Parts: sequence; structure tokens; C-alpha cells
Amino acid sequence: MHIEKLLSMANDIANFFNAESDKDIAAEGVKKHILRSWDPRMRKAIIQHYTAANGEGLSPLAGNAIKKLSEMKDDN
Amino acid sequence: MSMTPEKDFGTPAISATQMVNLEIDGFQVIAPAGTSVMRAASSIGIDIPKLCATDSIEPFGSCRLCVVEIKGGRGMPASCTTPIAEGMVVTTQNKKLADVRRGVMELYISDHPLDCLTCAANGDCELQDMAGAVGLREVRYNPAGENHLNSVKDESNPYFTFDPSKCIVCSRCVRACEETQGTFALTIDGRGFDSKVSPSQNQPFMDSECVSCGACVQACPTATLMEKSVIDHGTPEHAVVTTCAYCGVGCSFRAEMKGSQVIRMVPNKDGKANHGHSCVKGRFAFGYATHKDRITKPMIRKSIKDHWQEVTWEEAINYAASELKRIQEKHGKDSIGGITSSRCTNEETYLVQKLIRAGFGNNNVDTCARVCHSPTGYGLKQTFGESSGTQNFDSVMKADVIMVIGANPTDGHPVFGSQMKKRLRQGAKLIVVDPREIDLVRTPHVAANYHLKLRPSSNVALINAIAHVVVTESLVDEEFVKSRCDVESFNKWRNFIADKRHAPEATESITGVPAADIRAAAKLYASAKNGAIYYGLGVTEHSQGSTMVIGIANLAMATGNLGREGVGVNPLRGQNNVQGSCDMGSFPHEYPGYRHVSDKATRQLFEQNWGVSLQPEPGLRIPNMFDAASDGSFLGLYVEGEDIAQSDPDIQHVHHALRSMECVIVQDLFLNETAKFAHVFLPGSSFLEKNGTFTNAERRISPVRKVMPALASYEDWEITQMLSNAMGYPMNYNHPSEIMAEIARLTPSFSGVSYEKIDQLGSIQWPCTDDTPEGTPTMHEHEFMRDNGKGLFMLTEFVASQEKVTQKFPLILTTGRILSQYNVGAQTRRTENNAWHAEDLLEIHPHDAEDRGLKDQDWVGIKSRAGETVLRAKISERVQPGVVYTTFHFPESGANVITTDNSDWATNCPEYKVTAVQVSKVSHPSEWQQDYQAFSERQLELLAKE
Repeated sequence: MHIEKLLSMANDIANFFNAESDKDIAAEGVKKHILRSWDPRMRKAIIQHYTAANGEGLSPLAGNAIKKLSEMKDDN
Repeated sequence: MSMTPEKDFGTPAISATQMVNLEIDGFQVIAPAGTSVMRAASSIGIDIPKLCATDSIEPFGSCRLCVVEIKGGRGMPASCTTPIAEGMVVTTQNKKLADVRRGVMELYISDHPLDCLTCAANGDCELQDMAGAVGLREVRYNPAGENHLNSVKDESNPYFTFDPSKCIVCSRCVRACEETQGTFALTIDGRGFDSKVSPSQNQPFMDSECVSCGACVQACPTATLMEKSVIDHGTPEHAVVTTCAYCGVGCSFRAEMKGSQVIRMVPNKDGKANHGHSCVKGRFAFGYATHKDRITKPMIRKSIKDHWQEVTWEEAINYAASELKRIQEKHGKDSIGGITSSRCTNEETYLVQKLIRAGFGNNNVDTCARVCHSPTGYGLKQTFGESSGTQNFDSVMKADVIMVIGANPTDGHPVFGSQMKKRLRQGAKLIVVDPREIDLVRTPHVAANYHLKLRPSSNVALINAIAHVVVTESLVDEEFVKSRCDVESFNKWRNFIADKRHAPEATESITGVPAADIRAAAKLYASAKNGAIYYGLGVTEHSQGSTMVIGIANLAMATGNLGREGVGVNPLRGQNNVQGSCDMGSFPHEYPGYRHVSDKATRQLFEQNWGVSLQPEPGLRIPNMFDAASDGSFLGLYVEGEDIAQSDPDIQHVHHALRSMECVIVQDLFLNETAKFAHVFLPGSSFLEKNGTFTNAERRISPVRKVMPALASYEDWEITQMLSNAMGYPMNYNHPSEIMAEIARLTPSFSGVSYEKIDQLGSIQWPCTDDTPEGTPTMHEHEFMRDNGKGLFMLTEFVASQEKVTQKFPLILTTGRILSQYNVGAQTRRTENNAWHAEDLLEIHPHDAEDRGLKDQDWVGIKSRAGETVLRAKISERVQPGVVYTTFHFPESGANVITTDNSDWATNCPEYKVTAVQVSKVSHPSEWQQDYQAFSERQLELLAKE
């Protein structure tokens, strides 16, 4: 997957949730949205990018959400 | 199946609670107060002769054929215009009345061609019927006297003729054009004997304002206005009630047939979505079903450079399945997927997603709602708990203030547009929020109270400004919010929206709309007894599409405009089955009924019923499929009824993705643009060739019934079933009713739906459950569909689009549709509708045109960051300076060569409505257009047999 596209998508999602003043709640919102709407290969790609490039290209909120995503355990 | 004509009661039904008792011809009758004598008589089977009366329009009292005598009354009043009264005693038949009627008929017939045997309306003519009913046996007037028999026939309209020599000037057509359609294209010109029906200023129909809806043809009691198909083929002999396959209004029609040939489509009076009205598409544009371009044999080829080979169904299906299995073996289970369409029936869509989830073993299924109303699904699910509009269409008749946002109902949803205009003529107020001056802004007897002509991409700033006024000027319906909504979320939202940055004055520089207008419009909507919002793709097709839907939902909740008739949030769905295709689980993350694939209980329900284990993760959306194809991880695609190679944005990227795939299977009527990139072509069936159901914008599930054999032998659901069986996942349905039974069994909101009930009721609005066995016209009457029953307010910060105007790209292009064409045009381009719109044009404001030295009809290049195309210019003040507009009905126009891959943050719905462009005069097609033409011509050559 084109990582630039995924970064842009994650940042767009974060822009919506950024209206929430509690940034931890906002990051949870971004994480949950990505979890519920992105194909696993897309999530894997952005987590890999986040880990390898230290979140470069992601807004702080989006980066925080991807970090939370990377720390999740598969509960399905 | 019989050709029994629909009962005509003469005058419209009255909905009054007070009942009136009277006597007609010695029989006791009880009818609602306000009912006409004619209708009351007809209700007990006494049909009073009539010509100028019909029950779709208000009575007129001009023909004098329906005269009656009323005990104690004077003279012989017209029964159509005389309301019933308590104790009234009416006589409809006696010698005196018979003499008057015979005299009236004699006058009519004295100026009417006596060519009944060769007349197209022979056997279907009310004048003929009435001559018989009144016992006319002779005409004493000299036929050589002054008459209209040599009047010239107008054949300019491609679908019907106007023969003034047969006109009895009953004004039914004029009144239908006014009352039913609301166009006011017809009038009676002249006086006395010179009176004649006149389109506009005595112009041919095609040069007049006529929109060819067919209401006049439907209302005409003679052969004056007559379908050309009836003139050519004769009168039909049987009729089947079915549902239109065009827009999201979902009009009910009687397909009137001769054997397996459709003679005409007549709007069904009992249709609950259209009440006997139609538009030029549904009424007349059905010829595509038998167009010569139809492909009726399955075809395969190894490469898109190869000639197509016609093969048997078995060969085609086996080849398709073997290719998909080969790809999965080599590249993994998730390397293939499918796309279904809003043009498909519910049953077909359900089956495609089942095939993909259970047969392919992944969730890579999506539908074209991705590119239109996916933000509606998301936004309304989040706030109200259900991904659907809240009302039925009839609700608009109780609205006091109507706000239309980013929709063009008179073009996109014309039959509902007519109903809305009717309500506006009754006095409802209108707020239009649109960058462009749509017809509703000023149309005969309708004028918007406010046209908030905002800049494209500023929707959220505008809805926030309206909400700011509501919150800061004490216009919140506190009781509704307290009792029906999540109060914590409301308080948070109230604080958010009350901030000065959302004030109309602060956002004026973003929206371009004067703050005073926003304040006034906000007060008008919020103060209305019933305020209703209708919106379209001008809301959803933005990078903040979902935010805007949420903003609309917030506004409706804050003002208490939900949960009853006359109010609501009403998405006007583009295609016929957008609502249904979404309901049926064709999004990659949701099962039927909008239940997430990660929900264990739901997943287990489907696993048990389908006998397979299902993936708990969402699959790829359409744009993700394209990206994955370009990356090499997605290589097989099954596309049913959708033309992604024309309709999707940044089309060069789409074409690259399609070229990158190893197996593209297209199931369609025609070799559409996507099929030009395909390796397997499975010939599909039109809506006339299959059984199923469509669900319209008001959640109404309506029957689609087979009226002619499938030209390619199989209905689409059968083809999907064959593919599934060949893939190794068995399906054994014998009829779509069995598929619907499965849907009802597995989907709570459809639990009460069955074909038997649809046949019995005519249509059903879901939710249809044990609690609501006949469906639900109005949603959220007592509580919202969220888990706690409370409506949720969400914060809607405005975020500017990434698509910005610059010196290089100084204009904003926005796109839309036109009345006569439909979506990618695959259907309507293959009809006479091209007479109204034969090419896509670029609307440009005179100032912008002058800056560029452009004249009307000049060829202009439109260049964006994504690509370039060339169209003819149409200079128009409908668009504001800085904005240009086009439609996307013709593939060669390349409208989506210019659109970008920007999309809605929540759903990836493309930002079709905002593309920064430059426009300049050119002399030849763009490079893309030249390449496309060569490619397209080559693909048509490959279609021809070697």
C-alpha cells in the first residue's frame, strides 16, 4: 500500500477527532475508527511505518493513535 | 397480469376525519367531508360520465358531462366540483341529465376526427368511452363547418406526439403539468373556439419548458397526447407492476406489455413513493434494455489485448472461478474481491457479499455507495444509530420549512422534486444551500426564501454557523434534547458550537455567505413548527462529507426536528438501490443490517447459517482495492453492475489498477468502460428481466418483477450463484424470494419482510419487525436506534479541504447530474434522452469566461492536479464566479480524469465536488481523450468476432 496515502488518511481521521479536547479520548477515537474500517494490510503497513520512521508524516494525534494500535493485542 | 385499467375516481381523495352521509341514486353513502359528489358516487360503483376530471388533479368543472341533480338545489351542478353535504340526495341518471350529456358529447364529437378504428387510442380513449356511455348515436352539426381537424401534429418530442386535431381542450394536460409536475409548461392559448393547448409560447414541445415527465400524456383522455410506442405497436394487452431502476425515488410502474415486449411504462397510481407520477427516465427511457449494444453471450480472454471469445455459460463461469482460485493460491486469500452496485436488486447484492465473504473467504466487498452516500451511512449511524433517512417522501407535505442542502431534486430526484414543489406552492418556506443556482431557487410559483450560495468545500463551516445561531439565540428545543438525546454529548457540543469561531460573522470569509442571511435562515428553520432537511451528494462527496452529515444530524436534534411527520434528515439517494445495497451488507466492514464484522455474536450467526468461518477484519474499500492492485497485492475482481472505470475519481489511477489485475470479471448489460479492462464478461439482465426488490431513499422495499425473459438466459442472482458453486461454495436458491427469506432470518430490521407481504402491501419501509409488521414510515418516533436509545451529538470542526485554489488552478470544479441522463449514462445514453443532453458541458460564469476570452460552445481545456480534459463551454450565471460545473454522463468527457483522490476522512467517499482547475480555450481534445478514444475503439474491435 502507498504509505503516503495511508498517512494522509490517518491524518484526515485525526483532524476530525482533534475537536475533542481530551487528546487521549481523541486518540482512542482515531484508533477505533482505523481498527473498524481499515483492512489489516493497511493497518500493518502504517504500524510498520510508524515503528520504522518514528511516526514521520503523521500528525501528533494520528501518531498517538497508531502507537495505540501497535500496542493492541489481537482479541478476535 | 390483466390489463384492467386503474380505477379513476374522478377527483382526488380527501383525508378528513369528519364523515358525511348522503344518498346517491337511492344508495346510502358515507364519505369524508370535502369529497366530491363524483368521487362519492364512484366509491359505490356509480361512475358518472366525465371528461375533464381525473383523480390525479383538482376538479375543473369545464366539460359539463358530469352534471347531476341535487334535491332542493338549483340547476345541474358539475359533480366533480360539488362537495358532498350531510343529507344530500343526488340523482346521477335521468332523461334530463342524459339529454344534456348527449348534447355536450355531440358538440365535442362535431370537432373530432372520426377515425376511431385507426386511432392509436382505440380501446383506450375516454372520449370514445363517454360517447358510448351517453348513448351518442348521431352528430347533427355540419362536419364541413369550422373545426380544428387540420391542425398540425407536433412530433418533436421523441417519446410522444401532440395532435391538436384530437384535443377537446379539457385542460387535463395543463393542470397535470401544473399540479402534478409543477413545471407550468402548458397553457390554454386563445379564447372560445380558438382555445388550444400551447406548450410555452405556442412552441413545439421540444422547444418549450416541457420536461417530458409524461404527466400530460397520462392525463390526456384522448389520443391528443400519445406515446409513440403505442402508435407504433398498438395498445398493450397485459400489465405487471414493478419498480423503476433509475433514481432513489423508486417509482412504482405498470409495465404495459404485448407478450414480452414493453409497450410503455405507466406510473402506478398506487405507488407509495410516486403516487402515479413519473419522470422522463422512468416513464420513457427503458429502450436500453433491448438496445443493440446489449451483450448476451458470455465471453472470455486471457489479456485485454486479445479478442473476446464467445463461450458457453459453463465455460465462462469455470474460467472465472479457476482464475480467481489460481490467484488466491498464488497470492493469498485476500488477493481478490468484488464490487456490487446500487443498480442491483437487494437479493443480488446480498448474494454478491455472501459469495465474497463465504466463497472467497474475505471481506473485500464494496459497493458504489462508497462514492456517493457512504458518509450518510456513517454519520447517521453514529448519531441516530441507523444508517438511513428518517422519513417517507409524503412527510414533506407536512413540512413548514424545507432546507435543501447540496441536492438538486428537480433533476436528480424529479418525482420527489415535484412533490416538494407542490408543498412549496402550498406555502412552505425554502432554504437552498448550494454553490449553484438550482432550479428550485426560482421556478414557477416557487422561490427560495434564502439561497445560501456557499463556496464549495465550506459546508461544515456553514452548518456550524447555523447551529451556532440556534445555540446562541435560544432556539434549542431543550425538551427534545433532554428527553431524547445523550445530554452529556449535547452539553459538550453546545459549548463547542457556541464558540465565536463558529459564528456566521466569523465564518463568512470561509463560506462566502453573508452572516445576516445565515442568521435569518437559521432562525427560519429552527422556529418552524416542522423543519425538514433534504440533502444529496453536495453534502457527502467532500473530504468532510461525514462531518457534514453529522452536523446536519446535530442540527435536527438540537431543534427537535425528528421523530414525527414533516421533519427529519432525508438523504436523497442517487441510484435506485443505494439504500438497499448498503442494507445488504455490501460494505467491507459490515454484515447485512449494518453490523460490524468484528461483532462476534453477529459473525457467529452468519457462520452458523452459511456453514463457513468468516473473517473478523474489515476488507478493502474500492479505492483501497485500486491501491492494492497497483501494489500487486490485489489481482482479481468481480464487478456486478458497476462501471468503476468511468464513475470513480482520478480515473487514470483506476485504469492503472484495472490493468494491473490478472482477472477482472464484469457482469453487466453492455461492454461498459470497466469491461474494456476485463478478462471475463458475464452478460447480465436488466430490471425488466428479473425478480427481486429495490429499497429507495425512504427505506421502501418495492417489488421488481420479471416482465420479459432474460436476454442472456439468466437473472443476475443466478449468475452469482453459478460462480459461487464453481468456486466451491454451494448456493441452491430457486427464486429470489428464498434469498429474501434468508435476509429476513438473519437481519433484525428485515425480520418481518417477505415477498408475500410485499405483494400484499405493495411495498414495505424497514424496519419491519414483529413490533412494526407493516413497516416504519417515520424513524426514531420514541427513541433513537442507538444502544441507549439516545441521539448522540458529535463535534464537527471545520477542516479546510486540501484541494486549494492557486494561481495555477484558480477555479473550483464541482460536478452534478442532469434530469435526462442518469449516472454514467450507460442506460440513458442508449435512449432518446440524448435529445435533451447529448454531451457534458462546462458551465462557467460570464466573468470567468470573459477573463479567458471564452464564448458559449467554445472548446475549453480543464486542467487539474490529476489530469486534463476538454469540454464545450456553457456560459451561465447559475454558477458563481470562481466555480465551474459539469456533469459526468459521457465517458469521453473524462470528468473523472480531473477529479482527485481526495476523499472523506471516515469513508473514503471521493471529494467529487471540489477540484481546483484552470480553464482555457483549446482547439483539440486532451491527450487523455485522444488515448481513451483509441483504446475504446480498439476494445470495440476486439469485441467483433475474428
